[in-house]
Amino acid sequence: MNPPPSGAPSIIYCHCQYAQVVPPDVKAAVLRQLCDSGLPFEAVPDLCELSARRDPSLRRLTSAGPVKIAACFPRAVKWLFAAANAPLPLDCAEVLNMRVQSADEVAAGLISPVLNPNVPLGKVTAADAPAPAPAPAS
Amino acid sequence: MALTDLPLRVVLYEGPGATPLATDDRFAAVRSLLEGGFGVTRSGAARPVPPVDASPLLVLGRWDGATPVTESDTRLRWGALDTATVTAQAEATRAEFGAPATGPWKPWFPVIDYDRCTNCMQCLSFCLFGVYGVDDAKRIQVQNNDNCKTNCPACSRVCPEAAIMFPKYKSGPINGDSVSDSDLNREKMKIDISALLGGDVYSMLRTRSERATSRFSKERDADKALAERQKCLTKLAALTSDIPPEVLMSLPSPDEIARRATEAAAKGRAALAAQSN
Repeated sequence: MNPPPSGAPSIIYCHCQYAQVVPPDVKAAVLRQLCDSGLPFEAVPDLCELSARRDPSLRRLTSAGPVKIAACFPRAVKWLFAAANAPLPLDCAEVLNMRVQSADEVAAGLISPVLNPNVPLGKVTAADAPAPAPAPAS
Repeated sequence: MALTDLPLRVVLYEGPGATPLATDDRFAAVRSLLEGGFGVTRSGAARPVPPVDASPLLVLGRWDGATPVTESDTRLRWGALDTATVTAQAEATRAEFGAPATGPWKPWFPVIDYDRCTNCMQCLSFCLFGVYGVDDAKRIQVQNNDNCKTNCPACSRVCPEAAIMFPKYKSGPINGDSVSDSDLNREKMKIDISALLGGDVYSMLRTRSERATSRFSKERDADKALAERQKCLTKLAALTSDIPPEVLMSLPSPDEIARRATEAAAKGRAALAAQSN
């Protein structure tokens, strides 16, 4: 893999596989436009599931610097990552909400190189968050 | 978590040495993998992708020459991409590495918004299923996701600050939508659990620093407490219409409820006492 251009946001797409709260036509259209764009991206079946398992790959997802995430509500996404001890970089993370935004809006936001941070700013930092809970027994 | 617990990561490679995929094929492959429960990286130079970690990797592509071969003792496999069988390819590699399978469990569990949480321990005191606990600093945290009852948002209803989210819930603010003043004022967001605990919990919370040590020390009639808890659950169901009947039906026996309620209250008492010290 070649080194990325400096500062360009990475793209994460959540398929919300294990529930139907994201309209299927919206997520399909977003994924289609993402594939059509030719841009690199990371796609995960379900962020909730990764958070529930406190999957260490969530830390990998947040380690590439500025990030755009197509998922659901920014407040929920922020704390899903925090719950897995993988806090989002609040000043350089943008969450696009497939529950309420149109597919075209979400896709355009993902594909644009311009980052509009919108994760709620609050007291969470790695230090503020509680100690990670023990991983659930599998 | 052991390395073997890291999920398989599938990489669609379209760089030098491979023929780029047609967009239809790319879409079909990614969607199929996602629906099979596999994470996918579509790599390239225009944007960064999360770096390599210890996750086992399956790198798929339409190679210009022979499919690359790696030593069998690494956690990396190469394959020729076939959109019709891509999920089977991934599943075979997942099984080879012993990587965890995902789904079909619906990831239903509470997510705490610590920007809003006041650490009042009402959720811990309310939950009969041991979902909540406290960390070393006596801060509330979700400890046992798997104990949570699918589609039941009851604990979010008792949170006075609307700090408990269920991201897969149908409506806000429980689904993570922003919290408005009207949400906090809405009666259904303020289920008074004092009936469950046999005292004026909200009043106690206002002065909890002084009274934490005695909050749960009052003698209570166990039968009365149980009846009141059941009444509260019925009230919750009537008010919100979203406590699944199967959740109410799956509640433990009365004796077990009483035992768990005592246990949960004791945990809440201990955590509040620790805060006041």
